[in-house]
Amino acid sequence: MFKLLPDNAATTVTVMVNGKTVSVPQGFTAAAAMLLQGNGATRTSALSGEGRAPYCMMGVCFECLMDINGEPNQQGCLVTVTEGMRINAQHGKRMVAE
Amino acid sequence: MPDFDAIVVGGGLVGAAVAYGLARRGKKAVVLDEGDIAHRASRGNFGLVWVQSKGFGVPEYQRWTRRSSEDWVAFSAELQQETGIYSGHERPGGVTICLTEAEFAKRSERMAQLHLEAGNTGFDYEMLDHAALKKRILAIGPTVTGASFTPYDGHANPLTTLRALHAALLKRGSVYVPHARVEHINAAPNQFSITRNGVTYAAPRLVLGAGLGNNPLGKLVGLNVPVHPSRGQIIVTERVQPVLPMPTLMIRQTVEGTLMIGESREDAGFDDTTSPEILHTLADRAVKTFPFLRDTRIVRTWAALRVMAPDGLPIYEQSREYPGAFVCTCHSGVTLAAAHALHYAGYVIDGALPPELARFSTRRFDVQAAA
Amino acid sequence: MSPPFDLAIVGAGPAGMAAAMTAAELGLSVAVLDEQPEPGGQIYRGVERLAATRPNHLAWLGPDYAAGLELARSFRKAKVEYLDGAKVWQIEGTSAGRLFYKRHSAAGILTAQKFLIAPGAMERPMPVPGWTLPGVMTCGAAQTVLKAHGLVPQGRFVLAGCGPLLLLLATQLVRAGIKPAAILETEINRWTALPRLPGFLAAPGYLGKGLGLLRELKAASIAVHKGVTHLAIKGDTQAREIEYTCGGATRTEPVDLVLLHQGVVPNGNLAWSMRLAHEWDDAQRSYRPVLDAWGRSSNPAVLVAGDAGGIIGAKGAEAMGRVAAFAAATDAGKISAGDAGERANAARAEFAKHRGARPFLDALYRPQQQWVAPPDADTMVCRCEEVRAGEIRRLVTDQLCPGPNQMKSFVRCGMGPCQGRLCGLTTVEIIAECRGLPVKDIGYYRIRSPIKPITVGDLATLDVPRRDDAVGL
Repeated sequence: MFKLLPDNAATTVTVMVNGKTVSVPQGFTAAAAMLLQGNGATRTSALSGEGRAPYCMMGVCFECLMDINGEPNQQGCLVTVTEGMRINAQHGKRMVAE
Repeated sequence: MPDFDAIVVGGGLVGAAVAYGLARRGKKAVVLDEGDIAHRASRGNFGLVWVQSKGFGVPEYQRWTRRSSEDWVAFSAELQQETGIYSGHERPGGVTICLTEAEFAKRSERMAQLHLEAGNTGFDYEMLDHAALKKRILAIGPTVTGASFTPYDGHANPLTTLRALHAALLKRGSVYVPHARVEHINAAPNQFSITRNGVTYAAPRLVLGAGLGNNPLGKLVGLNVPVHPSRGQIIVTERVQPVLPMPTLMIRQTVEGTLMIGESREDAGFDDTTSPEILHTLADRAVKTFPFLRDTRIVRTWAALRVMAPDGLPIYEQSREYPGAFVCTCHSGVTLAAAHALHYAGYVIDGALPPELARFSTRRFDVQAAA
Repeated sequence: MSPPFDLAIVGAGPAGMAAAMTAAELGLSVAVLDEQPEPGGQIYRGVERLAATRPNHLAWLGPDYAAGLELARSFRKAKVEYLDGAKVWQIEGTSAGRLFYKRHSAAGILTAQKFLIAPGAMERPMPVPGWTLPGVMTCGAAQTVLKAHGLVPQGRFVLAGCGPLLLLLATQLVRAGIKPAAILETEINRWTALPRLPGFLAAPGYLGKGLGLLRELKAASIAVHKGVTHLAIKGDTQAREIEYTCGGATRTEPVDLVLLHQGVVPNGNLAWSMRLAHEWDDAQRSYRPVLDAWGRSSNPAVLVAGDAGGIIGAKGAEAMGRVAAFAAATDAGKISAGDAGERANAARAEFAKHRGARPFLDALYRPQQQWVAPPDADTMVCRCEEVRAGEIRRLVTDQLCPGPNQMKSFVRCGMGPCQGRLCGLTTVEIIAECRGLPVKDIGYYRIRSPIKPITVGDLATLDVPRRDDAVGL
């Protein structure tokens, strides 16, 4: 759904998006890294299970909740990527370790 | 002049439960309620239908609470049938979790006393040590000492319960009037009228179910209702997968999956803001009880004002000066909703409160004043 | 805990940065907290990084964006304590009150004599059928990823709605060589705006910029369908097509991405959570905090500046930030009121100029009823708790639900993670419509802290005294 414009001198960071290794410019957010991967849902609703994806990209809508480095329900648009970050779709309600 | 069988002042859980109780008996009630912003304890309620903390030294209260908890099963089913709205009521039993040996010892003593006071009504309970509790609730933390358990406890969603009560009373032909804060009442024995927004509502019965508002309203019809606010603060989290199979006194998981953490008790007048100190103390207790909560995100916190009598008991009374005027008030609007709908409303119609509610009469305050 | 700051500022956009620099110059000790890793706010989002890594993008993002670079650089040099990446989740609105924040996973508390909140604007929720589908975002979101990350839409995309931001985004994309398939412009109000044109013309630069954008879009042969009265986005698991009605005819276009926009409104949750008095701004069709000419709110310890106090735009926000800093310095006794009056003159004049342009823009782009109170019963209003327009209407008409807070408790709208940010205005607009009352009589949600997500563990480890007297068995 989105692509990167050329002429980007930023160094790149390697992250895992839904298990796939991708390189993104430094300063990217986790949600932006997801957007680069296509149109699909980045989470499923905790109620109906319907697919949702980043909507506002500025921290107000909470649609980009995702699992980042094993921590569920993070606002992906407010998390800056770091080397080796694991970014995964959030499926429904979070699980808790008992 | 619209004529009704009863005027109910207050559209929260207490007022709506009594009004629905009247409506289900074929009576036409009018509920006069405030607007969107009010000290609406029903909206801030924790949602327990709770027996095991009620009535130390007051067996009448234990019995009344227990009766309501038992009635809740049929009450919830009836509301769902009437309206299609699920109250969220479940009765899996409940636990009061102790974090220290001292708490556990005190709890054991209290439960034994409740058992004794229950007489031949019976009172089943268990004191569970850490291992026994862990078998029922896997999520407890390593430092939890144990818990008391009774099968009578449960919980409900106060918000859907209120919504269902409103829907049900309307369906049964009663009337709901919001934005109608009551400040004046024309009273004569079994003859009451209230004018709001240019409309006069008249009825032979009047029920004050206005929470903290009952204090000033009572004076208008010869009722001494010395209720005061007791602030409670609550934390609610994001939705998580089902993890708690039963409610605990301070933490419960709702049908939606959120976790509610409460509830504090403090005297803060009518200030309904939260304080970081109280929330911090609640949260600390919560993560000790259930360590998984440490990483669980908070969605909201709030404070609400309980409607508290000096002795913490409900107040049920009919005015001697103006027979037909009743007050119904308590800090357990959820727990007692079934009793208020299924029983109290009937007493209002009959025009007399039964002897088992005598312990909740305002006469007890006369005695205190004289002493 | 460290000694209180004279002034704690929330937000490092134009208003927050300008206020911080001015306040520091006036001798106040200043802390600035902002959620983003770099200063700039949403309007100048990522400007420093962009200048360092994609300098040629500055040319087509335009001089208004590039202006942020100088502001951010000056801000960096100012004598202020700047806490980047800090999420402010609660402020006690008292003098020497505490401000609670979370930064890099750690909880923090600071105290200040005065608070200036400048959390900026957010896009007005635009609930249309299908707006929750993946493949539907806001124009602001697309502009954010353009500025912050150099990301542009791929595939067939349309912009739908109206407002300056929509036109600016379209133009910026065109300059970057990315053409939208169409712009579906919802009805605008030329005739009601017309009488307000003189103020707009008196504010230098506005008219030229606006006409310039339109000219560029025309030159690029972008299809602009004007006067759209109905929109619906369709698709199974993501947006596949958009249906729109324009000039009485309903058409459908295939899409990969839809970018919605219906203007911006104050980002209000912080102000609401502090229980500042608010008023309904009918021209902007949103609530805003009640402020005096200096940005003082109903709470003597709290000032508000920038779009959070009513939409004014970046330059106006910057001016208002300076004005509010003079008020803070006056209140702190650093300068006399008379002195402030004189020294704030330039900033106040600058603010007035931008304020003068608003009535025309507000009138021109004031949203039509169908975009703020969706007529279709199935349209989602609360995205978090999945509450639809029909259910809210039913509660008002059938059950006389008295207002937004009772509505919230009955159907859970506004109870989800976004805390009502994406449904608050829609809910009150629907209630107002059903009751035949102006929105000002309906009120708003009570917004509760924490207004940014913290965990139960964060609260449990918070460095505040315990209250075991009130909690426990």
